Amino acid sequence: MMRRLLAIALLLAAASPLGAQQKGGLDIPYTQFTLPNGLHVILHEDHTVPLVTVNVWYHVGSAREKPGRTGFAHLFEHLMFMGSGHAKYGDFDQLLEAAGGTNNASTAEDQTNYYIDVPSNALELALFLESDRMAYLLDAMSPKTVDAQRDVVKNERRQSYENAPYGMASIEIAQMLYPQGHPYRWPTIGYMEDLSAASYQDVVDFFKTYYQPGNASLVVAGDIDPAKAKASVETWFADVKPGTAPIGPIDYPHANLTEVRKKTIQDRVQLPRLYLAWITPAHFEPGDAELDVLSLLLAGGKNSRLYKRLVYELQVAQDVAAFQASKRLNSEYQIVVTARPDVSIDKIRAVVDEEIAKIQQAPPAAREFTRAINQIESSFYDRMERIGGFGGVGDQMNGYYFAAGNPGYFTEDLSRYRALAPSDIQAVAQRFLPANKRVELVVESVK
Amino acid sequence: MSARTLGLSSRIAAACGIAAIAVTVAVAQQAPDRSKPPALGPLPALNLPPIEKRKIPDGPEVWVVGLHKVPTVHLQWVNTFGGGGNGEPMLASLTAAMLDEGAGQRSALEIADTLDYLGAELTTNSSWDAASVDLHVPVARLPEALPVMVDAIMRPTFPEAELDRLRKERLASLIEVEDDPEQLIRFAFSRLLYGTKHLYGTSMLGTAPALHGVTTADLRNYHARHYRPLSLSVLVVAGDVAADAVMPLLTKAFGTGLPGGNPARLASPPPAQLDARHVYLIDKPEAAQSQIRMGWIGVPRSTPDFFAIRVLNTILGGAFTSRLNNNLREVHGYAYGASSSFDMRRDNPGPFFAGAGVQTDKTAEALKEFFIELARIHEPVPPEEIEKAKNYLALQLPRNFETTRDVAGSLAQLHVYNLPPDYYATYADRVRAVTAADVKRAADQYIQPGKFAVVIVGDRKAIEPGIKSLNLGTVTVIDAAAVLK
Repeated sequence: MMRRLLAIALLLAAASPLGAQQKGGLDIPYTQFTLPNGLHVILHEDHTVPLVTVNVWYHVGSAREKPGRTGFAHLFEHLMFMGSGHAKYGDFDQLLEAAGGTNNASTAEDQTNYYIDVPSNALELALFLESDRMAYLLDAMSPKTVDAQRDVVKNERRQSYENAPYGMASIEIAQMLYPQGHPYRWPTIGYMEDLSAASYQDVVDFFKTYYQPGNASLVVAGDIDPAKAKASVETWFADVKPGTAPIGPIDYPHANLTEVRKKTIQDRVQLPRLYLAWITPAHFEPGDAELDVLSLLLAGGKNSRLYKRLVYELQVAQDVAAFQASKRLNSEYQIVVTARPDVSIDKIRAVVDEEIAKIQQAPPAAREFTRAINQIESSFYDRMERIGGFGGVGDQMNGYYFAAGNPGYFTEDLSRYRALAPSDIQAVAQRFLPANKRVELVVESVK
Repeated sequence: MSARTLGLSSRIAAACGIAAIAVTVAVAQQAPDRSKPPALGPLPALNLPPIEKRKIPDGPEVWVVGLHKVPTVHLQWVNTFGGGGNGEPMLASLTAAMLDEGAGQRSALEIADTLDYLGAELTTNSSWDAASVDLHVPVARLPEALPVMVDAIMRPTFPEAELDRLRKERLASLIEVEDDPEQLIRFAFSRLLYGTKHLYGTSMLGTAPALHGVTTADLRNYHARHYRPLSLSVLVVAGDVAADAVMPLLTKAFGTGLPGGNPARLASPPPAQLDARHVYLIDKPEAAQSQIRMGWIGVPRSTPDFFAIRVLNTILGGAFTSRLNNNLREVHGYAYGASSSFDMRRDNPGPFFAGAGVQTDKTAEALKEFFIELARIHEPVPPEEIEKAKNYLALQLPRNFETTRDVAGSLAQLHVYNLPPDYYATYADRVRAVTAADVKRAADQYIQPGKFAVVIVGDRKAIEPGIKSLNLGTVTVIDAAAVLK
C-alpha cells in the first residue's frame, strides 16, 4: 500500500519546467455559516471569469416518494420553475436570460439540485429568484400549473425512456435489485399512472415537508466578494420560514441479493445488450472507492480488461461499460455490454464472468493499478476547472457537504484512492461481485 | 438524471444597457424588498486572456494562453481540412479516427497505455471543416505525453487490423442509428435535404459499401495530402504554462516538419436549395413519440448576416424562453423541449432546422404549432424580445473562456473559420448592433417554411392520417435503411 502511494507522489512532485504556477490545485477555500432558519450556506471565491453560480441542493429525492406517487420529486423539481410569490410564471427564465444567465435542475434518488449561472452583476437577481421560490413557491402554485408540467414530464419519460433504445432497462434493473417497498425500487422519472395521479395537495405537502431551509444547502461560488455575498444571502433568505419538523435519515433495511435474478425484455433494437448489476457499499463507505478503481480496470480505456477482450480482441461487443453508481443507502454496480450483430449474449456473459473471476483470483499488476489511480487523480484536476453548472465546483461542494458534511472534501476524497493497494481491488471484486448473487437483464430484439 | 432543459447551445455576445445600480447591502435578517426584481449591477469586464503567438520552424503556429488555476494544460492542434472541403468526408473522418490506433513506434494499445498511465486524454476528430487532435494532461506530465500527440499528428501508421476493427465498429454504429429515432432523424434529414450527390447528404461515418471498400492505403494517402505542411495548422496551448518555458519542449517534439502535402481544397459545388415543401415519413411502429425535424439549406459560416441570424435563432428556438420551446413545451405540453438551429459550415451552407420529439397522439397538432411559429417569426418582433435575445447571446461570452478546454476550443475557431484576432473582443458589440430590421430581413431570407423538407420518424399507422389532413405537401413514406445507404 505504501509503495503505491509513494510512486504516485513522485509523479506529482516532478519538477515542472513549463512555467507552472500552481502546486496543489485541490484546495478550495470557502466559508460557511447557517442562517437562523436552518439554511446552510457555503461561499467560494474565484475570479477566473466574471460569472457566479448559485447552487442549491434539497436533501430529498425519489427515495422519499410515497407508493402511488412515484416520479413526484422530479415533477416537483419542474414546478420550481413555474413562478413564486413575487416572480410570476415566466419571470424566472425571462429575467435570467435577459441578464445572460442559464439555469437547470436535476433529480436523483437522494437529492434534487438546482443551479443558476449568471454574470456576476446579476447575483442579486439570482438570489432574489432562488430565495423567492424557497419561501413563496406555493403562493403561485395552482392545479393548472401542476397539469402543465405533468404533460412535459410525461414527454420527458417518453423521450428518454420509452422511445430511447434500451431506455426501459434501468427501470427493470431497479425492480430486480430491490424488494417491494424499497426506496430505490422505483424510477426517478416515475411510472406513467403515478404521474397522472399526482395532485395539487401532494405539491403543498411535499413543499412543506421537504423544501424547508433546514433540509437544503446553498453554495454561492465564483466572482464574488465573500463579505458582500454573505450580506446579500442573509438579506434574501431572511424571510424564508423554518420548517416545523426536521427531516431524519431514511430508515430502511439494507437490501441484499440472495440469488441470481434473470430476465429478458424486448425492445426495437437490433443489437442485444447484457446488464449485470449488484448492490454495493454506499457512497464513501469502505469498498466504494475500490469499486471505482475496479471500473477503470474493467472498462476504462483500450487496455482495460473487458474492453480489451470483448471490443478490441474478440470484437464481439460494440461497447462495454462498468461503473459504481454511488448513493446514500447503498450503491449499485453495473456492467453493461452491447453485442455485435449475430453474437450471442451467452458468449459475452461467459467472457465477462471469466474476467470477473480473474480479478477475484489475483490482484491487478502494479502498472495496471497505478494507471487507474493516475486517471482518477487527473479527473480531480478536471473537476476543478468549471465553477457553475452540473458537476461544477459549486455543485460538487454541495455534493460533498451532503455526503461527507464537508464542502471542501476534494483532497480527502482523492486520498481515499491514493491509500489503496492492488489487493484491495481484488478483495472488493471477491466480496461485492459474486456470480451467484446478482441481477442479469438481457435486452433482445423484438421478435 | 432527468434534467429540466435540453442542451440548447448558444454562443456569446453583448453588453447590456441596464443602468448601473450599486449593490444594496441591507442589514442582515431584515426582510428583503421583493416588490420588484433587483436591478442589475454594472456589467463586469471580461478580460480575455492574452495570447502569446509563436512559431515552430516548419511546424504549426503556436498560441499560448496562461491559465494558472489548476495544474493542467489543454493542447488543441487544428488544421482547416475537414470532411467538407475535399470530396472525401468518410476518409477524413476515418483518417482522424485512426491517428491514435498506431503512431511512431507505438501500437494502439501502447498509445492508450502510455497516455492512461500519465492521466492524459488524447482525442482525434474530423468535423466537416477541420481535423483536430486534443491532448488534456496534468502539466507535470506534459513532457511525456506530448511526443505521443505529435506522433499521432505526424506519424500515424494505419495498421490493417485496426482499420478492420474500426470498420466493423462503424458498420455496427449504422445499425444503432437505424434503431434510435433521435439519431435516425438527423441522418434522414441530411439525406433528404442534400441528396446522395452533395457530400453533406451522407454522414461522415460513411455508408456500408464505402466502409467495406476503404483501405489503409487510402488513409495513408489522405494523411499525406491533408496533414502537411504543418505550417498551415495551429496549436493552441491553454493552461498552467508560460510560452517561454513550453516552446523548447514543443519545438523539440515537432522536430523537423515532413515534406510534401497538397492541401488544396476542392471546391464542391453549392447544394441546390429546395423549391417546394415535402413531407417524409419513416415508420417506427408503436413509437411513444414522433421525432420531427423540418428545414432547408441554410447559410455558410462566412455569411455577412451571422450576427442577425444568431439573434433571430435565439428568438425562434435557440434558448429556453424561445418561441418554439415556449409553445411546444410550456404552452401545449406536447414535447420535453423544442429548438431550432443554423448549422453553419465553412465551405458550403449547412442546414437550418427546427425540431422536437412530440407525443405520438399530438403529432399533427405539434406540426401545426411549428408552422404557426415559423410564420409568426416574419412579423415584427417586439423590441424587448430582441433585447433579451441580444443580452442572452452577448453575456454568455465568458462561458467560452473558463476552462482550459473552453479557451483552446474558442481560439481554434479563429483559425478554422478565418476570423479576425479581435473577433471575441468585438463580439458583444456586434451582437448589440443587430437591429429589428436585420432580424426581419434574416427571417425573410433564411426561413421560408413553404419550401421546407419536413421529416417525421414515428408510428405511421397512428400519425399518417393527421399529418395528411394538414395538407403540408406531398407525403412520401421512406424506409429507414434507404437513408443510410
